[in-house]
Amino acid sequence: MTSATQPSRLEGFGLIDHAKPMHFVFDGLPYTGYAGDTLASALLANGVRLVGRSFKYHRPRGILTCGSEEPNALIELRTGARREPNTKATTIELFDGLEAKSQNRFPSLRLDFLAVNGLLSPVFSAGFYYKTFMWPASFWEKVYEPMIRRAAGLGRAATESDPDIYEKAHAFCDVLVIGSGPAGLMAALSAARSGARVILAEESFAFGGRLLADNRTLGDESGAQWVNKVVAELSSYPEVRLMPRTTVFGAYDSGTFGAVERVADHLPLPRPGEPRQRLWHIVAKRTVVAQGATERPIVFGNNDRPGVMLASAVRSYINRFGVAPGRTAVVFSNNDEGASTIDDLAAAGITVAALVDTRPALPPVIKARAQRLGIRIFESAAVADAIGGSRVKSARVIAAYGTTHTIACDLIAVSGGFNPNMQITTHLGGRSRWQDHLAAFVPGTMPKGMTVAGAANGTYPLAAALREGAQAGAAAASVAGFAATAAAIPVTQEEPFDIAAFWHVEDAKHKAFVDLQNDVTASDVALAEREGYRSVEHLKRYTTLGMATDQGKTLSVNGLAILAELTGKTIPATGITTARPPYTPVTLGALAGEHRGKHFKPTRLTPSHDWAKEQGAVFVETGLWLRAQYFPRPGENDWLTTVNREVMTVRSKVGVCDVSTLGKVEVHGSDAGRFLDRVYINMMSTLPVGRARYGAMLREDGIMMDDGTAARFGDDRYFITTTTANAIKVVQHLELCRQWYWPDLDVQIVPSTDQWAQYSVAGPRARDLIAKIIDPQFDISNEAFPYMAVAELTALGGLKARLYRLSFSGELAYEIAVPARHGDLLMRKLMAEGEEFGVAPYGTEALGVMRIEKGHVGGPEINGTTTAADVGLGKMASTKKDYVGRVLSQRLGLADPNRPRLIGFRPVDPTARLRAGAHFIAQGAEARADNDQGYMTSVAYSPSLGHWIGLGLLARAEARLGEIVRAYDPVRGGDIPVEVVPATFYDREGARLRV
Amino acid sequence: MRISCPHCGERGLAEFTYLGDASVTRPDPGLPGAADAFYAFAYERRNVAGLMQELWYHQAGCHAWIVVSRDTRTHEIFNVRLAQDVALERSKSSVSHAP
Repeated sequence: MTSATQPSRLEGFGLIDHAKPMHFVFDGLPYTGYAGDTLASALLANGVRLVGRSFKYHRPRGILTCGSEEPNALIELRTGARREPNTKATTIELFDGLEAKSQNRFPSLRLDFLAVNGLLSPVFSAGFYYKTFMWPASFWEKVYEPMIRRAAGLGRAATESDPDIYEKAHAFCDVLVIGSGPAGLMAALSAARSGARVILAEESFAFGGRLLADNRTLGDESGAQWVNKVVAELSSYPEVRLMPRTTVFGAYDSGTFGAVERVADHLPLPRPGEPRQRLWHIVAKRTVVAQGATERPIVFGNNDRPGVMLASAVRSYINRFGVAPGRTAVVFSNNDEGASTIDDLAAAGITVAALVDTRPALPPVIKARAQRLGIRIFESAAVADAIGGSRVKSARVIAAYGTTHTIACDLIAVSGGFNPNMQITTHLGGRSRWQDHLAAFVPGTMPKGMTVAGAANGTYPLAAALREGAQAGAAAASVAGFAATAAAIPVTQEEPFDIAAFWHVEDAKHKAFVDLQNDVTASDVALAEREGYRSVEHLKRYTTLGMATDQGKTLSVNGLAILAELTGKTIPATGITTARPPYTPVTLGALAGEHRGKHFKPTRLTPSHDWAKEQGAVFVETGLWLRAQYFPRPGENDWLTTVNREVMTVRSKVGVCDVSTLGKVEVHGSDAGRFLDRVYINMMSTLPVGRARYGAMLREDGIMMDDGTAARFGDDRYFITTTTANAIKVVQHLELCRQWYWPDLDVQIVPSTDQWAQYSVAGPRARDLIAKIIDPQFDISNEAFPYMAVAELTALGGLKARLYRLSFSGELAYEIAVPARHGDLLMRKLMAEGEEFGVAPYGTEALGVMRIEKGHVGGPEINGTTTAADVGLGKMASTKKDYVGRVLSQRLGLADPNRPRLIGFRPVDPTARLRAGAHFIAQGAEARADNDQGYMTSVAYSPSLGHWIGLGLLARAEARLGEIVRAYDPVRGGDIPVEVVPATFYDREGARLRV
Repeated sequence: MRISCPHCGERGLAEFTYLGDASVTRPDPGLPGAADAFYAFAYERRNVAGLMQELWYHQAGCHAWIVVSRDTRTHEIFNVRLAQDVALERSKSSVSHAP
């Protein structure tokens, strides 16, 4: 009954496609499987049982399950940049050319030197991290940690950047059905027939769940035939979205779910342009959870040996994958469904050496079938130990009355009952409840909008699960507003479900595991209990029970049951640990999506960015913006040469700087002036039309928020600017003030940063250049358009424009704005028309040098700790009105005259370089924190003065002009004397502004 | 979490930014004890477990400030109103705090 190339393949079984062979490599050896296989089923078909080594003890491990609950069969998939550690062989869909490796073995899977860890197991017992390696402390980093990291741990992550793309998508539906077993399919069908928008998410590549794995008949069809029929009907509805290979991993508030769709994981490479995985945000009005139940083993000695397999997985490998997971089996169960596995084994021609059931008496019908098949029956019995190393060779059975039998076998099909998959129902704080007759926790309180159906609800019999699913789907669609009725369910055979709780075999001689992935044993649970870790949450953290990537889906309830026995409590009184998202591991790539590297955040470009690029500008990131930092010319070998040249061009001729990134806001309405009076510290309502004024805003706590200018274009039309960095924050603040503080004011706020391209034109020849740009009918002579004048006019032959006579540089200067789409044109015109005046573009660096020369404050001064008075703007504050931040700015602490205030600094040695961040210490004082008197905020080399200059905050600054203090900079090794000087270094009278 | 903006309809959490307790109001700066009142306004907040009125801002939408009634334990949202409407109602029922 087996094929030659795949010795364990069963002919005539399974839903795999024998016409499509798939070649793959595991640990360097070539194998063949078929389309429809998982890596696990293909390995089993080829007789490969040993697939990995365990976390702590390096014990040989095989395949326990057939799904995402697998704790053992973790492998490294693919190679190079696509190498993916800790993938479950049981969920990897086989593809042609697949390459995989076992992990955590040295030097090879069969011969593993670190298996000696098994002999050191006392060292690795519960809490070993906390106990064994505590002393001596210095050993932790140098000895213990590297040793543990080498010995323990799982796969290796790729070291190169992931070459594939990942994307994010949003979906909205009336009914989300999670899981496509009998209950899920009936729920989806009942909802879909009503016309509701339905999403059916299935983690496997095939719909059907256990209907593909258990040998059942629905009506006159096999499980697979019935599934195909239902899926075909669902596909015919335009409002149904079928999502195979999609794991719903978390439930979030307001009906939002996280799901990951494995778009291309089943292909050698993603198709061009296609993502490997897609992260879905699914928003559902109602949700039906139908994720089935996970079978749990019974804890016995060597229950981790390759060949120990869940009974349900044995049936899956036979019926869905056409694979014999062994030649001679022992079935070990405490329930009817597990015991019935004998039928599937016998049908596949696998010898059943014994049926071992913990119950005093098997149900007569199962017993009769076993007898008919000639199977040896042990009742009130248990498999105490699996015997064998890298694979099971026999089972040591303790029968009733204590007799011991050694039964030769290479497969132990174990079933200790089922854990309903209710994680999604508890992510939002839903509580589970214990059902004695099922020996299981089932969903209890449910989040709003969510119901659960089928095995996930502890409803195991097929007919009941189908009916419950149909009703849940219809109810969900009805609540969502559709006329839905439960779809009729097909006829199925009766199958009673009986279970007698049985958790672990006390007579085990060998290590008995309660967590296979983290290598936690039953004796670790006992040790933890003796040491006082008696709450489930403490037990979990102390022993790491259930903390591995499988989250203990199979065995952790057994661990809790053992704790309950030890503490003499019931299982419900002992409780269960909280499941949190994700349901199964999600790759960071999927969570990051497109937001990687430069795409982590958007990049904003100014309208004349392309022009700046053509000029060879060096750009700097300021928030989201890219701004030209400086424009190097041939022969300028360092940035300082370029910046000095740009500054001197502005000081002697004319320069142009792109200031489009400044925050711009229209403030309109009959109360606009009153409104601005309340948000700026100074008066804006008195500003004449056609004029601008510098202003400062505070936070309510009295600290500086931002500075900028307000221009008035009409009685009820103001236009204000903010710093580049605070543009969004200031608008949010203004909207709060407008909508929440003073809702009765007639004022409207429209951010317009992106609407205007704006350029600063500065230098003695600025007027000459601007005159060539604006249309000739406008008079911009000093008399007609003095310092701080503003106007709406036209430029470049009728283009709408705004002109502001503002100066940040200290020179005669204008800012000219045109609608953003004309920014590139304006910049090119400014350069062309300015050529005769020696124009040059300048970047943010030169801008910064000139503002420091002028003593204007910037981001380093308005840094979230300074008041208006601290940065020299105290005199601007109006005493005739209230404004945001006024009251708290007068607090004692903020009004303290000893607070560091803004002042200028120059090095005593004119060749010395200043450093921002240096702290000021009085001469002769020791460099200690309690002698700290402030710090340097901004520095620049001033080409106008020929030496470095700095702005800083210094205690009692005004009284200390002329004093020499230490600028102490231990980070960069600086400690130089600097002289306290006025904060304005250049044109202190401001004469150059007003010419 | 999803919030129903009165202007834009139901939108995902990522479109909104949070400010905090909407039950505190900006004090009248002209009243005696304004310094203490503003101190409390700026810093003192209750840590509510249960139903709370909160100020949110529809940053990635219409720029409306909204008052959201939310249970901080369950994230269930019971009501969303424009902050401006709530503020106007309050100012009708009490003395204006405008300077």
